[in-house]
Amino acid sequence: MDAAAASRARASLGAIFKVFLTAGAISFGGGVIAYLRQYLVAANGWLDDDDFLDALEISETLPGLNSVNMSVIVGDRMRGTIGAAVAVAGLMLPGICVMMTLGVLWERQRHNAEINGFLVGVAAAAVGLLLTVTLQLGHKQFVRPLDLIVMAAIFIAVSLFKVSLIWVLLVAGPIAVWLYRPRGPVETAERFVHLRDRLHSHRAHWRH
Amino acid sequence: MAHKLLTLAWVFALLSILAVGGGTAVLPEMQKLTVTQYHWVTDQQFRDIYSLGQVAPGPNMLMVLVIGYRLAGAAGAAVVGFAFFLPDCILTLFANRMWMRYKDSLWRNAIQRGMAPIAIGLMLSGTYALARLSIHNLVGLAVAAATLAVLMWRRVNPVLLISAGGLIYLVCFTRLAQGR
Repeated sequence: MDAAAASRARASLGAIFKVFLTAGAISFGGGVIAYLRQYLVAANGWLDDDDFLDALEISETLPGLNSVNMSVIVGDRMRGTIGAAVAVAGLMLPGICVMMTLGVLWERQRHNAEINGFLVGVAAAAVGLLLTVTLQLGHKQFVRPLDLIVMAAIFIAVSLFKVSLIWVLLVAGPIAVWLYRPRGPVETAERFVHLRDRLHSHRAHWRH
Repeated sequence: MAHKLLTLAWVFALLSILAVGGGTAVLPEMQKLTVTQYHWVTDQQFRDIYSLGQVAPGPNMLMVLVIGYRLAGAAGAAVVGFAFFLPDCILTLFANRMWMRYKDSLWRNAIQRGMAPIAIGLMLSGTYALARLSIHNLVGLAVAAATLAVLMWRRVNPVLLISAGGLIYLVCFTRLAQGR
């Protein structure tokens, strides 16, 4: 802890900016997180792995892009508000330059049939990418019955009934948190299953 | 002009706060607001701008800058960029500090576990919305399925697969056009 705190103090704003600028320049399609872990935890030791995973969990729960939230949290833990600002600026700067260039070029060329064909193919490939990211991020949720029910309800409400996102979040958010409340039904059921498993293993033990 | 900038700022700030589950999760609502409600872009333009975001490095939701640029030039891009990213950054900064203080609270776990399936459900809806916009034929379906299969099978830099998908579609598309 002391060692981590000491090296955290050593992370200069310039060094933070450089790491996030590189992350922003070379990562595509959700690769930012893996890169940050490599550089912040493994290479520089600015954060320990628990801190990193903790920050990732918070980033996923809060609204906003994971990579941007992650930069805010990590920058803040290293150098406070200014560290967070420097991290986000570094992360976004390369993308902003490329995006604006592409945007201006596209405005001029958007009736070009070949460019349109290319962009449709990119979007189709992105569907495969988004599905992969969703499946990987939700690997725990896809095997829990209650989570599957919540997920299906959300999907049906948004995609089939076109319910406004505000209403979906205002209604489903409190319900889901209430279901998972401390000592609520889900936690009680899980504790029961846990106790039953322990009982079974004890019985098996006694039989031998 | 000022009125248009104000509307852009308000719409993208709202989307920012609603982006539980990230950019993909808010995609259907963004499409609904920018295409159906305000007619700032067409469905095809929305899809093409999204694709540009995939080809650019960094967070792919930087695509919102191009929507702002289309509507109101450089000022539009700046307004949309700040409106879409700043509220979340400020929220995250303060929420994270509070989160740290309640590190051992049982409710923290309840919030994380409760919000997770909602975020995943919204991401599935976002993926579905993009599929509706981009998969119109067997080639599109094959490109999406192949990308999924390769990424599930091993770690590949997604930008390679994304570019390959674009090129394959382009080749098939121009072949078809020439054949006609």
